[in-house]
Amino acid sequence: MVKDQEFLKLKASYCLDLAKKMGATDASVTVGHTISETVNFRNKNLEASDRSDGLALSIEIYIDKKRSSITSSNLIDKNIKILVEKCYETTKITPEDEFNSLPDKNLLAQKLKNLDLYDQTRFENEKKIEYLNELEEVASEPEKIINTESSFTENKTNFILANSDGFCDGWKKSSFTASSVTVAKDENSMERDYEYTSCRHLADIKNASELGKKAAEQTIKKLSPKKIGSEKINLIFDKKIAKGMLSVFAGAISASAISRGTSFLKDKINQQVFSKVINVIDKPDIVKGIGSKYFDSEGVNSKTLNLVEDGLLKNYLIDTYNGKKLNLQSNGRSGGTTNLYFKNGNISFEELLKNSSKSLYITETIGHGSNLVTGDYSVGAAGYLIENGEFKYPVNEITIAGNFKDMFKNIILANDLEFEYSVNSPTMMIEGMTVAGK
Amino acid sequence: MNNFFNKSDLSRQDADKIVSETLNNCDDGELYLEESKSESILLDDNKIKSSNYSSDLGFGFRAISDEVVAYSYSNEISKDSLKSSSENLKSTLKSIKGTYNHEIPKTNKQLYEDINPIEQKTLNSKLDVLNKVNDFLRKKDGSVKQVTASFSGEQKSIEIIRSGGESITDVRPLIRFNVSVMLEKNGRKETGVYGIGGRQSYDDYLKNDNWKNVCEEALRIASVNLESKPAPAGEMKVVLGPGWPAILIHEAIGHGLEGDFNRKKTSAFHNLMGQKVASEGVTIVDDGTIDNRRGSLTIDDEGTPTERTVLIENGILKGFMQDRHNARLMNTKSTGSGRRENYRHIVLPRMRNTMMLSGNQTQDEMIKSVDKGIFAVSFGGGQVDITSGKFVFNCTEAYEINNGKIGSPIKGATLIGDGPSILKEVSMVGNDMLMDPGIGTCGKAGQGVPVGVAQPSILIEKMTVGGTKL
Repeated sequence: MVKDQEFLKLKASYCLDLAKKMGATDASVTVGHTISETVNFRNKNLEASDRSDGLALSIEIYIDKKRSSITSSNLIDKNIKILVEKCYETTKITPEDEFNSLPDKNLLAQKLKNLDLYDQTRFENEKKIEYLNELEEVASEPEKIINTESSFTENKTNFILANSDGFCDGWKKSSFTASSVTVAKDENSMERDYEYTSCRHLADIKNASELGKKAAEQTIKKLSPKKIGSEKINLIFDKKIAKGMLSVFAGAISASAISRGTSFLKDKINQQVFSKVINVIDKPDIVKGIGSKYFDSEGVNSKTLNLVEDGLLKNYLIDTYNGKKLNLQSNGRSGGTTNLYFKNGNISFEELLKNSSKSLYITETIGHGSNLVTGDYSVGAAGYLIENGEFKYPVNEITIAGNFKDMFKNIILANDLEFEYSVNSPTMMIEGMTVAGK
Repeated sequence: MNNFFNKSDLSRQDADKIVSETLNNCDDGELYLEESKSESILLDDNKIKSSNYSSDLGFGFRAISDEVVAYSYSNEISKDSLKSSSENLKSTLKSIKGTYNHEIPKTNKQLYEDINPIEQKTLNSKLDVLNKVNDFLRKKDGSVKQVTASFSGEQKSIEIIRSGGESITDVRPLIRFNVSVMLEKNGRKETGVYGIGGRQSYDDYLKNDNWKNVCEEALRIASVNLESKPAPAGEMKVVLGPGWPAILIHEAIGHGLEGDFNRKKTSAFHNLMGQKVASEGVTIVDDGTIDNRRGSLTIDDEGTPTERTVLIENGILKGFMQDRHNARLMNTKSTGSGRRENYRHIVLPRMRNTMMLSGNQTQDEMIKSVDKGIFAVSFGGGQVDITSGKFVFNCTEAYEINNGKIGSPIKGATLIGDGPSILKEVSMVGNDMLMDPGIGTCGKAGQGVPVGVAQPSILIEKMTVGGTKL
């Protein structure tokens, strides 16, 4: 069983009291406990089981405008005492920073609505094995599938965040995640692809055989890829790649990147950064949402933010420290976004495919080619050539490149948004990017 | 030496007993105890932004029978906790019986000193170096708009207890010093990053104001990039500089030669043993035994002494990298490549220092032989799809080559290639092999481990460059 709130509160207040006694002017503590159990299958047999049980503690000590922090997994009181002392001594010789402070008291959160993030159901390993058996039975059925690996993870977490201004709150959450990775082979090539599902409540998990079927189908479809020539072409990004564009966007509007001047979106508030039809929203209070939060990692209330309205940039993602530096109030985004998504576009997936006579449908990117300072983008990619709305053949060993400043203004979205992960996008088209191939 | 038992109700005798009793009917397994102390100190935006200290303690208990691995970890070293892990392992493996392999090679060598780098330099003197870095760079060039500099240090003590009570220990220091600088000129912004590190004390790397060299290198890369033009798009000849660009080797073939993917036959290399996979003159080794290097280990995380493993010899595929589990299933021996990020993770076969050895040509000859292509000197990182063999890496400093001469710098671009065939495109191997500066971290299955790479300059006949200019 995951430790209860009382145990975690006790540890947190022990830390705060110690820090105060030593002479800290302020302090903030997070104590968390996670239990995680995973079962792995390979080629229809049990391959591994893995159980983890971990406590984690992090303490931040302030002496006026000086601050330093400490983290540990050892929650024995004697060890905590040694660590708090060490942290206090380090803080004393750390230089002052005028922007260091706990969050403003009036911004601290009060829990209102129940987001239903915890399902206490225990899914025994035998049940996980049943699920994976069913999944792999289906995934390995096609002749071309030569290897299947799948896993089921059950995760239960509880945490408390407490600070010396009297804030003390936290929440339990659960997650159930299943994944399937399949390898397919034909006379020309060997390919791999995956599919996964993740949810807060066991009852919402995708059907095992559907997951296995989809993974296998996707993998087989990739076999015998061709390399295409280098050209300017319209790209259609599958949802699982399109959501990556949102993650880049979130990185570029974090108050830290803005205040350091290392973002291509600095000083762009109220300016057109996307085409006029684009709206981006970050919504923390979706019931059972994978990214849902009652408050951010500093205890600040997180409200729904319209980050982009009709293509105009409306908000940065602001934490206390960088907010003070930018002279802006925290909007509860210390630790990043919550449930981030593009609003649906106006056309269907099929219409998007038919939008141009020839386009490239991207299902996979590889490499870390996003530069948030310049906006330059260049990554390896794989996908399918599309002609007149039809999938023609798989494509591999190419790169796609552009600059986000232009790419964002050329986005067209389909109307097929679904809330499956913490970041979600409809299928996306971007016109006129460069493909390098042969 | 760390004593994992003096702060706990668990005695060594208890631990031995529980380990032996749990692993009695298994093929392999061990109790892995780990304590790590680490720090990170960051200067950013003219200020000391954070100073963090972290201490971590825990155990990972593993039992293996046939193809099944059972694993359980906890950060509470106690009798109850170990017993409950033991029950967990036994219940997973209840229907499979094995025969424990007691054999494990020994070593007397030690590749690094038993030091705690964090305590060998005072916090004040670390803060002092970081502030000097900031002042030095901002004074040196008026277009410097942002400086980030950091120290990170760690001491990790491990003990491996095997069935029968055999105990193997190691204490591993590791440090890294990093500088990143952003320039702004005529509305353009570019960054340059450089770092150094390894398994010695901070001051071993900072002798003779060596931090200045690190600053100057970061500044030089950023300045070059300020003048960069859009990179070309398409297939062309590529000359790679020596040292860090060897992440090409790491991505293109290193991962594909790890034992697990070959046992499972999911690597593009699994059926190529003994065959020609590279041009003549190409020899690649994975070496865990070089003193003080970031990727070196006296023993791996299963207790096996590391070695110099020949992967490719004069173009022919000779060996895979193995941990004990995959080696046993493939009827071979561990190469001392079993590694894990920490006690929370299972052991996997991993790289250590992956190196292409020198040939006898010069970088000059390579550049002169290229009509149209690029010369790539510095890289950000890379990634590979083991199964299809396709890999990428990102240039952070590169130039055009026109008619045998180095031309303008070009913007960062991704290069993509096919692992099993790329080394057959190597037409010249330089005489200038260089180790990287000690900054690499390799990710696999969610676990990061420190690694090194090395190579001489090489000429690749054909590779796809992912620029924007057609």
